[in-house]
Amino acid sequence: MTDTAPAIELKGISKAFGPVQANKDISIRVMPGTIHGIIGENGAGKSTLMSILYGFYKADKGEIFVNGTKTEIPDSQAAIAAGIGMVFQHFKLVENFTVIENVILGAEDGALLTPSISKARKSLKQLAEEYELNVDPDALVEDLSVGHQQRVEILKALYRQADILILDEPTGVLTPAEADHLFRILDNLRKEGKTIILITHKLREIMEYTDTVSVMRRGEMTATVKTAETDPEQLAELMVGRKVLLRVDKKPATPGDVVLSVRDLKVTDSAGVERVKGISFDIRAGEIYGIAGVAGNGQSELMEVLGGMRSGTGTITMNGQEIDLTGKYSDGQSRRARGIGHVPEDRHDEGLILDYTAWENMIFGYHRDPEWGTGPLMNNAAIIKEAEAKMERFDVRPPIATLKAKNFSGGNQQKIVLAREIEKNPDLLLIGQPTRGVDIGAIEFIHQEIIRLRDEGKAILLVSVELDEIRSLSDRIAVMFDGQIMGERDPAAADERELGLLMAGIAGEPDKPDHIAVEENLTAVEHGEAPKHG
Amino acid sequence: MDFLTLVQVLDSTIRLATPLLLACLAGLFSERAGIFDIGLEGKMLAAAFFSAAVAFMTGSVWVGLLAGIGASMVLSALHGVASITFRGNQLISGVAINFLAAGMTVLIAQHWFSQGGRTPSLSGAARFEGIVWPGALTRIRDIKEAGPLMQVYSELISGHSILVYMALFAVPATWWILYRTRFGLRLRAVGENPAAVDTAGVSVVGLRFAAVGICGLLCGIAGAYLATALQAGFVKDMSAGRGYIALAALIFAKWRPWYALMSTLLFGFLQALALRPDLIETAVGVKVQVQLLDALPYILTVIILAGFVGKAIPPRAGGEPYVKER
Repeated sequence: MTDTAPAIELKGISKAFGPVQANKDISIRVMPGTIHGIIGENGAGKSTLMSILYGFYKADKGEIFVNGTKTEIPDSQAAIAAGIGMVFQHFKLVENFTVIENVILGAEDGALLTPSISKARKSLKQLAEEYELNVDPDALVEDLSVGHQQRVEILKALYRQADILILDEPTGVLTPAEADHLFRILDNLRKEGKTIILITHKLREIMEYTDTVSVMRRGEMTATVKTAETDPEQLAELMVGRKVLLRVDKKPATPGDVVLSVRDLKVTDSAGVERVKGISFDIRAGEIYGIAGVAGNGQSELMEVLGGMRSGTGTITMNGQEIDLTGKYSDGQSRRARGIGHVPEDRHDEGLILDYTAWENMIFGYHRDPEWGTGPLMNNAAIIKEAEAKMERFDVRPPIATLKAKNFSGGNQQKIVLAREIEKNPDLLLIGQPTRGVDIGAIEFIHQEIIRLRDEGKAILLVSVELDEIRSLSDRIAVMFDGQIMGERDPAAADERELGLLMAGIAGEPDKPDHIAVEENLTAVEHGEAPKHG
Repeated sequence: MDFLTLVQVLDSTIRLATPLLLACLAGLFSERAGIFDIGLEGKMLAAAFFSAAVAFMTGSVWVGLLAGIGASMVLSALHGVASITFRGNQLISGVAINFLAAGMTVLIAQHWFSQGGRTPSLSGAARFEGIVWPGALTRIRDIKEAGPLMQVYSELISGHSILVYMALFAVPATWWILYRTRFGLRLRAVGENPAAVDTAGVSVVGLRFAAVGICGLLCGIAGAYLATALQAGFVKDMSAGRGYIALAALIFAKWRPWYALMSTLLFGFLQALALRPDLIETAVGVKVQVQLLDALPYILTVIILAGFVGKAIPPRAGGEPYVKER
């Protein structure tokens, strides 16, 4: 043995949920003072493993050593006592509590709150100075930006004296600038000797920020390597089990006539908040129009209006004809009749009915087509047959149409939705978050399918919070912030930093999507005081 | 309307608001912890019966009170087991408790006392009597002749049973517990986001049972007050929808203790007015049907529940059983 014991050592961890073996004989050593990445596809068992480490699940077999000592972790209390802190992907914060109340919750110093709060206030101030973790302790969590909320989660862990910090997909909801700040914080923590376990599916983060990386596939730990000694291609191959094309191959677009034209679209939600503040753009046949932005800046509302799920004001023309926005004559059915296909952002809530079979899901929205039935009766046998043919074409595994939607993996569920919408040959395809929760192998397929559709001369509106995805697929990129389009960019010319500033609302000119000269603008921001966001 | 009449109406307001206030605070503890409880009604009714029955049998109202609290807490435990342990539907569990209490109380009352589903009248030590404050006047003739301050002191402040003062004291106590103690912080958190409490290493189940227990305690006192202080004995369905009115008051109060006091006083005031149709007649000039006055609190309940009170945001995790997720 070397002189330093690993901060965390897992030996032979196994965990099964019924017949599903989520973790198979996993062993891993995480050295103190390092950032250790864990990468793997969805369902590879990363989260299960970390849940075992944080006391959410009990392992069927195996041992946990913390700083060289064998430790039992039956619950979260024990994990906290062992110096382990966790920042969940979906924050575990009480939104209408203040920052300080969230921090002390469960770690109070006595039955009365006042002494705990004043102690925490001092301690937060110190942590803020030490690690660039600035948050107003008296702000309500629901008023904070997502990046600041995440800092509260980190503060919670540090306040509990955590030496080992686990972060589960921490950058999924952050702007690039917020993500940079997060990694600066993590670097500061590492310098102070803290150990960080970073769970992510983003190869770039692994390559840039980790010291060591472990790869998981189908519940097994396939490799642990020094980050400096590997490359993205090798990691992707280890994750998927075969060679994967990481880059999207596409020819230059050959845009045709305008298919969709949006003018001064405004959308107000049920609470009376204006979510889309008068945006205008055109999409031509044979091009992919990508909308980048941090989640919650009006992209969802835009998609819902176009898909007929919400009303708005302004004008939208489809192939030269105006479509109804008042909500009276707008629904998914009439939108489809106008040649708009819709792959909703949230496939669990909007794209699929999970308790229904794959074939039922694949006929939704098209079940009134005379082709599939007579009068009120549907010709189920024909529909099932057709569904299985589509599933074959879209490589849905397993291609069994009578299986319930919930029994497919995320990637295969997404392919079911795509198959339904694409096979109807729409003139315009709306695609929201095409690869959210989808594994790398399926991402490759979905991206190729989107490009193929474009090359067939379809117009495509792509909304994604994954900037890399937007950049690699789009022919034009619009960035949305606070319900406005901050600017349009050519993906070949725009760099990530510039897009990041637009996403944060710092640069750009809202509502002038055709305005290309932003260079001066950007430099001005660089040199001047960038307005603080959040 | 002379000043004394007003004081008398306010006096009845307090008496009538007390069970509402106790039930409302009971609901507040439960719902703040994320457990909806429409079984307040049933718990009050069970407590009313058992407190009256035991007070009659033992001759001690205090033993009766304990029995009432015990009965209410048993039903609370039932609600807890159904909705926390077995993650059942909280509304269904609450409805079941209401039915159970409505039927069971009359059945047992008939079996024990054979007086048509009621308990015998309570008197003496088997009933909570009003506490006369030092110097307060008790004879109505003396009060009529006294000055306004003395009238307020004698009628409004003095002369209530100990449970009324306890209920009023429960308001600041509830506020203090919720906002100034560790338990309160955790209780509020578990009603908003149980996952936050769970990952902080605190037992969600434990906290919710504690909240449901406090709810049972307060409902027990409310029920005992009905049968042993406000009235002298138990009669069938004597809670008369107070549990539901308390729930409406709780929404009106936006789940806050001081607002709960205000909203239950408002309901109490309406109930007090219904007892004095003569006053309404002199004030309005027309004779208002007594039935309409009786219905006022219930009409107000409907109006409040229909959302005329502005935005009341319930605890976010309310009504949802907590299931640990990956």
